[in-house]
Amino acid sequence: MSLAHDTRVTVRPTAAVQRSRLRGWPEIDNPAAWAVAAILLIMPLIANGFFLIEIFATTLILGLMALSLMFLAGYGGMVSLMQLTIAGFSAYMVAVFGASGNANISLGWPWWLAVPMALALATIFGTLGGALAVRTEGIYTIMITLAIGAAFYYFTNQNWAIFNGHTGINTVATPHFWGVNWRADIPFYYIVLAVAALCYFAVDYISRAPFGLALQGVRDNPRRMAALGFNVNAHRVAAYAFASFVAALAGVLQVWNYRQISPGSVSVGACIDILIIAVVGGITRPIGPFIGALIFVLLRTFALDFLVKLGLDGNRFRLLIGLGFLAIVFWSSDGVIGLWQSWRRRQRSGAASSSGRHGREAGRESGQGSTQGSRHG
Amino acid sequence: MTRFVERHPAWALIVIIAIAVALWLIFAVWPQGLEDAVGRKRVFLNALFNGITLGGLYFLVASGFTLIFGLMRNVNLAHGSLYLFGGYVGYAISAATGSWVLSFIVAFILTALVGVLLQVLVFRRMEGQDLRQTMVTIGLSIVFADLMLWACGGDFYQIQTPNWLIGPVELPLVTAVKSSGEPVYLRYPLVRLVIFAASVVIGVAMWLALNRTRIGMIIRAGVDDRDILAATGVRIQLVFVVVFALGAGLAGVAGVVGGTFQSLSPGEDIRFLLASLVVVIVGGMGSIPGAALGALIIGLAEQLGSVYIPTYAIVVTFLIMVLVLAIRPQGLLARR
Repeated sequence: MSLAHDTRVTVRPTAAVQRSRLRGWPEIDNPAAWAVAAILLIMPLIANGFFLIEIFATTLILGLMALSLMFLAGYGGMVSLMQLTIAGFSAYMVAVFGASGNANISLGWPWWLAVPMALALATIFGTLGGALAVRTEGIYTIMITLAIGAAFYYFTNQNWAIFNGHTGINTVATPHFWGVNWRADIPFYYIVLAVAALCYFAVDYISRAPFGLALQGVRDNPRRMAALGFNVNAHRVAAYAFASFVAALAGVLQVWNYRQISPGSVSVGACIDILIIAVVGGITRPIGPFIGALIFVLLRTFALDFLVKLGLDGNRFRLLIGLGFLAIVFWSSDGVIGLWQSWRRRQRSGAASSSGRHGREAGRESGQGSTQGSRHG
Repeated sequence: MTRFVERHPAWALIVIIAIAVALWLIFAVWPQGLEDAVGRKRVFLNALFNGITLGGLYFLVASGFTLIFGLMRNVNLAHGSLYLFGGYVGYAISAATGSWVLSFIVAFILTALVGVLLQVLVFRRMEGQDLRQTMVTIGLSIVFADLMLWACGGDFYQIQTPNWLIGPVELPLVTAVKSSGEPVYLRYPLVRLVIFAASVVIGVAMWLALNRTRIGMIIRAGVDDRDILAATGVRIQLVFVVVFALGAGLAGVAGVVGGTFQSLSPGEDIRFLLASLVVVIVGGMGSIPGAALGALIIGLAEQLGSVYIPTYAIVVTFLIMVLVLAIRPQGLLARR
């Protein structure tokens, strides 16, 4: 009903879009972004198989899940803890509809049928969950999405007919076509990189498209947006639908990466890990989740060796993660990005400034811009 | 009550019929046809009693959670960790001294102290920032979980039930009639009944304290509008500390209870956090009677579900939550 409103909004701010076309993609005139893109593209020349898959592909997959959370939390103001659950659901669906070692469960469809099916089902699942979650606000959303995630975890543990109980589904088939084994290290890395880049730019684009601006308006002042004629809940549910699709893509990649899926990968702890990744990276910009995921994966992979080298117990990896998370939440309202920005600003002008607020306020301004624009239009 | 009947006559009728059917199922001797269709009455009664006593345990955990939320708008996702901490403390005390009652007292005091420290050192610094507080409690729950895993390992612990509570007790409920015409009575573990009675006593005491005492009046006023309350000269920070200590202490007591009639292991913290989340979502955030009703519903659904539809027991719990959210998003007994 209100989404019809968006079409009206799209017609109007063409001038604004043209004005911001140069400003619109800040990556274009940022040399650091080009350098990162170039390094990511030639990564297979630099890194060996272990780094390529265990570090970078894993980072990108986790980053994608956290990106879907960042989209909801940063632009929609809805902290959803079920993004990993949606990814896990999509992964399960790939395993159930596709081919796997558990022939009594898997239907053995080819991947080009199983994957769209999984994406569609997971998006529907996430949208329904979102429709439930938008009935409440703020901290209630966290609790309801956490409850959904936990219910799914216990359900996969108990259900043997579809989810094969606590053993999960193993040796999931991965795609082979055009004579390429797409699960081999280098092709798989490029698939993951392509999907991650696509989603990154999609989120970046949507955040500046009329829908994204309206969503940010809904985040900042739902009553005012409702008074302006926007259907607040429809925007929120649509945001959940988009975020669910991103998470579902990540789920497909994850099940191809590990070739198996079990309740352990959709546990409550793992759901919370996604939140940690997004918050540590920063939830005001789409790059934040990927930074957070890189930190998380590096810590998870090397914390054991590092702690042992310091003469400490190597099993205390989660303690390290938890303390790091606490420190970030305590001292920066916007994760690592916020710390970096406040450090840059202090370098530039020693003037005192509210740390880490920059991105959020910029978003707020643009959100209000859209609100006012639609009033004129 | 009469107002409810006047306003919703249809619902009142449905509720009365449901209560009548439930009473008949509990007290009557089941006819053969029903036993063939559903199963034996003893199984049903056991599941029912297990559900009610589990509801008592859930109430203990969730009441502290809902109390803290109601006053401070703080979703304490470290509540499950406080539960597990209380359980481990209770186990250590009961293993060292052999006294079950002492373990309750020490667990209450220590978890309450942890609660005070949390409120003073952490939450007071970020008052009014709901989301940030919640994030901090998530971080704390991870840290606590790992510290407890470090200290206690991954083993299962069970707190020793005291001698005077071991063994079943015969209840005046007929489960079946033998061919000789002699009635068979239900036998049920005494310790579970005692724990259930204790949780009812605690619930009633909390209700009385909230509704009949001065401090309760202050807390209720704080739930409604804490800014005005602070403006009237009440030392609101002190009230916050007291409520947080009470809520945390209740979680600790619940940990000892849970350690006695279930077991303690890493992961239980998440389980009980989830249980209290669902309970307060169903019952209504910040409402003590709501927590009691929600705990009863969820406990019964879990136990009856696991007996009659084993693979989908968790789904029943979840469906109840979905239904409540769809019909009454603020929870069954919330006032909002």
